[in-house]
Amino acid sequence: MRNFSFGLVSALALTATPVFADCGIASGSVRILSNDFAALRIVNETAAECASGTVTVTSNNTTEHKNIQVAALTANPAEYTVAMVANNSIVPLLGGDLIRPLDDLVAKYGQQLQPNQLIKIDGKIMGIAFMANGQHLVMRKDLLEAAGVAAPTSWEEVLTAAAAIKEKGLLDYPIAAPYAAGWDLAAEFVNMYLGTGADFFEPGSAKLAIDNEQGRLVLKTMREMTAFMPPDYVTQDTDATAQLYRDGQVGIMQNWGSLAATLIDPTKAKPEVAAATVFAAAPTVGGGTIPSAALWWDGFTIAKNISDEDAEASFQAMMHAIAPETAAKHPDAAVWLISGYTPGPAAVGVIANANSGARAYPMVPWMGLLHETLGNELADYVKGAEDAERALADITAAYNAAATQAGYLN
Amino acid sequence: MPHSSFFRFMAPSLIAMLLFIALPTVSIFVQSLYVEHPQVLIETETCQPLGGCVKETTVDVAATAKLRSEAPLGQFNGLGTYVDRNHLAINSVGLLWSRSGSLGEFVSGMMNLRFYRALAFTLFYCFLVTPLAMALGFGIALAVNVVPRLMKGPVIFFSLVPMLITPLVGALILFWMLNSDGILGVALQVLFNDPGLSTQSSAPLTWIMLIVYGTWTNAPFSFIVFYAGLQAVSRDTLEAAMIDGASRWERVRYVVLPSLKPLVLFVLLVQLMDNFRVFEPIISFNASANATSLAFDIYASLNTQTSQLFGSAAATSVITIAFIAVLIVPILARVARELQAGRV
Amino acid sequence: MSMPLPAVLRRPAWLTTLAMGFVILWLIIAAFPFAWTVWGSFKVQTDFFSRDSWWNAITGPMTTRTTGGPFTTDGYYGAWVTTEFWRAALNTLIVTVCVTSISLSFGTLGGYALARSTHRYRFWILVAALFFRAMPEVTLVSGYLFPFFALNIWGHLPTAIIVLVALNQPFTLWMMYSFFQGIPRDLDESALVDGCNRFQAFRLAIMPVMWPGVITTGLFSFLLAYNDFTVTGLVLSKDNQTMVPKIASYLGTIQDEGAIMFAVAAVVSITIPIFLLVMFFQRYLVSGLTAGAVKG
Repeated sequence: MRNFSFGLVSALALTATPVFADCGIASGSVRILSNDFAALRIVNETAAECASGTVTVTSNNTTEHKNIQVAALTANPAEYTVAMVANNSIVPLLGGDLIRPLDDLVAKYGQQLQPNQLIKIDGKIMGIAFMANGQHLVMRKDLLEAAGVAAPTSWEEVLTAAAAIKEKGLLDYPIAAPYAAGWDLAAEFVNMYLGTGADFFEPGSAKLAIDNEQGRLVLKTMREMTAFMPPDYVTQDTDATAQLYRDGQVGIMQNWGSLAATLIDPTKAKPEVAAATVFAAAPTVGGGTIPSAALWWDGFTIAKNISDEDAEASFQAMMHAIAPETAAKHPDAAVWLISGYTPGPAAVGVIANANSGARAYPMVPWMGLLHETLGNELADYVKGAEDAERALADITAAYNAAATQAGYLN
Repeated sequence: MPHSSFFRFMAPSLIAMLLFIALPTVSIFVQSLYVEHPQVLIETETCQPLGGCVKETTVDVAATAKLRSEAPLGQFNGLGTYVDRNHLAINSVGLLWSRSGSLGEFVSGMMNLRFYRALAFTLFYCFLVTPLAMALGFGIALAVNVVPRLMKGPVIFFSLVPMLITPLVGALILFWMLNSDGILGVALQVLFNDPGLSTQSSAPLTWIMLIVYGTWTNAPFSFIVFYAGLQAVSRDTLEAAMIDGASRWERVRYVVLPSLKPLVLFVLLVQLMDNFRVFEPIISFNASANATSLAFDIYASLNTQTSQLFGSAAATSVITIAFIAVLIVPILARVARELQAGRV
Repeated sequence: MSMPLPAVLRRPAWLTTLAMGFVILWLIIAAFPFAWTVWGSFKVQTDFFSRDSWWNAITGPMTTRTTGGPFTTDGYYGAWVTTEFWRAALNTLIVTVCVTSISLSFGTLGGYALARSTHRYRFWILVAALFFRAMPEVTLVSGYLFPFFALNIWGHLPTAIIVLVALNQPFTLWMMYSFFQGIPRDLDESALVDGCNRFQAFRLAIMPVMWPGVITTGLFSFLLAYNDFTVTGLVLSKDNQTMVPKIASYLGTIQDEGAIMFAVAAVVSITIPIFLLVMFFQRYLVSGLTAGAVKG
């Protein structure tokens, strides 16, 4: 079976992608594991151009990548030579000591890389980022003008603008945000808390530190926003809110940069919505200056449990995949971090975040536990079923139990 | 049948189950008794694109790996994981019990604990959907029995549709039909004369929708089994009852139902177990703000963005099996009695 | 089933009407979401998943504007041609055929042994099988990953097949056990008396009469393998992906919209073979259940 399907795949690859590039690889096997979305598919396909008589390139882009990456890279030899990761999914690979430092490979083959693409842990390069993402503000200037308010730059102004839009009878529910219980809702808390400038954990430990003035401010603002959101907001994820916006049901939204292109595309959004949409950095909160959205990157890492030959081949193939030509060829597929990239209209929000000093999503190992806990415990609060004190106490207790089990707290 | 030939017949099945179910189950149980080693923390400098470099506390990988290689299972924790805040929460429940002034306060406190919130919905769902789906299935079976023979084929086949559609997308489409702008959502708004009605906005409505969905998708299984059973009901007995002057309802009650009893037990067993493990509709309906189940908690512990919480999932799984055991023991006792009675 | 009813058992007209009304109501409830899906699969996403008005899903204004007509086959073209859904269909075919036939072979032998044994341990095997069925699948499958990668068997179709067979065994065993209980013991015992060994008795006396039960159980095994996501999603690599994980991959991720209309078209597509199968085996399905679980 294995041989059969492999034969089939390579036969198809031959007919479907006649492009072959000389990536300068002598020989080796390149096996890529990645998440499944358009930009990563482009990178994988470009890497596949390095295939030759002595070099094999295969890729598995799957939404389940995070569930299999640790097991796949623990095996020796590892099932995959390249694991594509983001801020959060690199953490288990670092924790399991499953990826190799790339300093020598970068020195040898990485001339095209810019300094800000290197992910350094303790001075060693552990990953190479090639694209950025993040949530930012999306709004309709026609509605704001009709309501007589300026484009908001803080959450406080967003609330005033929403009130004005509602009062003028322009929309029943002016705001949408992905408040679906679980990962989405937690991400909104994380975003806004980052905007306050405070830290999630006490320095030098995994002890939770969100039970403070800033934590309460974030909770209060989140609850206030729900008054202007459609009633089923606890089930609305990023896709649902984007659809509401495209259909003109809401006028101000915080959503992902990677979805921005669909909002200004008149074949997907109502033409009047697409025409009136503007992007801006995520709003600030509580009089601060930091956009309240985490900066995310996507990048690649090279497995530890593989031969040096395969590691070298993989690195070279990836250098080909994220060469400046990729960004030039697909300028709208992502906010590339690749040199020579000229941002398109959909990249405005993410770049505004970065320029206004937004913070990166924390890469500490216990952040994942906090994120899961927030996703489980916050819904009761935003629904109005409990107060902020209770919510913070619940989050702390649930996080402590999980972190103790994972060995981060004693 | 002698032992040797019995085991020769059983071998393939037994080996498959031992290797892929029994062995993992044992390892899951063992795993649930352990937690990770206390991790060694160090201060390092982390540089990320755009965010710049920051000093961060993180895990000392080498030191932790050494601990792990000395004792790969981790640290023995006994039943610690079972009773922690994210599972049975013995301490929190004790505190609640002593501090609550009234039963209502105690119950609302319990519902604030993740495990009991999930358990409450799981039990509610299991005990409502199972009888509802079985009753609906039985009703359909009785009615289809009356349908003219020519129409029976298509009728049976369309009746099975809810069971046949891939649940993943089937539930997603229903979810969209039910949202406040969807066709069913709007139909409900018109029906209840409330334009602001949204089935996804409150816990009671979400629960009702999930129950309705559960009944809809489970009824066909009961239907097809009971319909088959009806074909086997002895015509002689029915006629005898008829001649004795039994009414239509009495015939169903005293002849049809008793002869379907083994089937009812079979369907009950399967449905109780399946409904106790409900989790697909919760995912497709994005309903976890208002309803979670034990199986959903397991899924959530394993399907994380970062490290999977194997210990937590293992503990919840063992608790799930324990609950299912309690549910099905009475039915099994009945099966055992019938076996003992030497019916075979 | 086909014998004409004696006059005394004929139903009054009102009862037939009532029953017919109930059946029609049920059919609408049962089939409407699917009919809606079929209709919507010929629209663009903006129409089918409109938040503006559900009426858009019926008339398809955006479909008309972007494709020139009220119906489009873009979803089907995207799924089957652009993203090569046919390859997933081929994998599903291999997986379901293998899972169904292997589970049935194992389950038939096991079920027969359980039905004919009189030893006490057979009750405990049946009970154990039930508890095995109670184990949440996702926990089991997550546990498989490390050994599978270490043994280098992860990602291949045979691995998924054997896992599905194993997970399917408890249900298959119970069904086949109940079914064999319904086959008179005299049948194989007389063969034994005639000098056959157990296996020959099974082959000669039981096999000819067991098909209804096998087909019923087989349909349930088929559905399980066909609709499985937990196992196939985690255990198969991209090249060996079956249809349901492929559909899941159309649904997108948190940051990515995906191609939901491909998923809708694919769901309609994958339901067709099940329909054909159920239509074809429907008569056996009912007779199999009658013979089996009824007397279990």
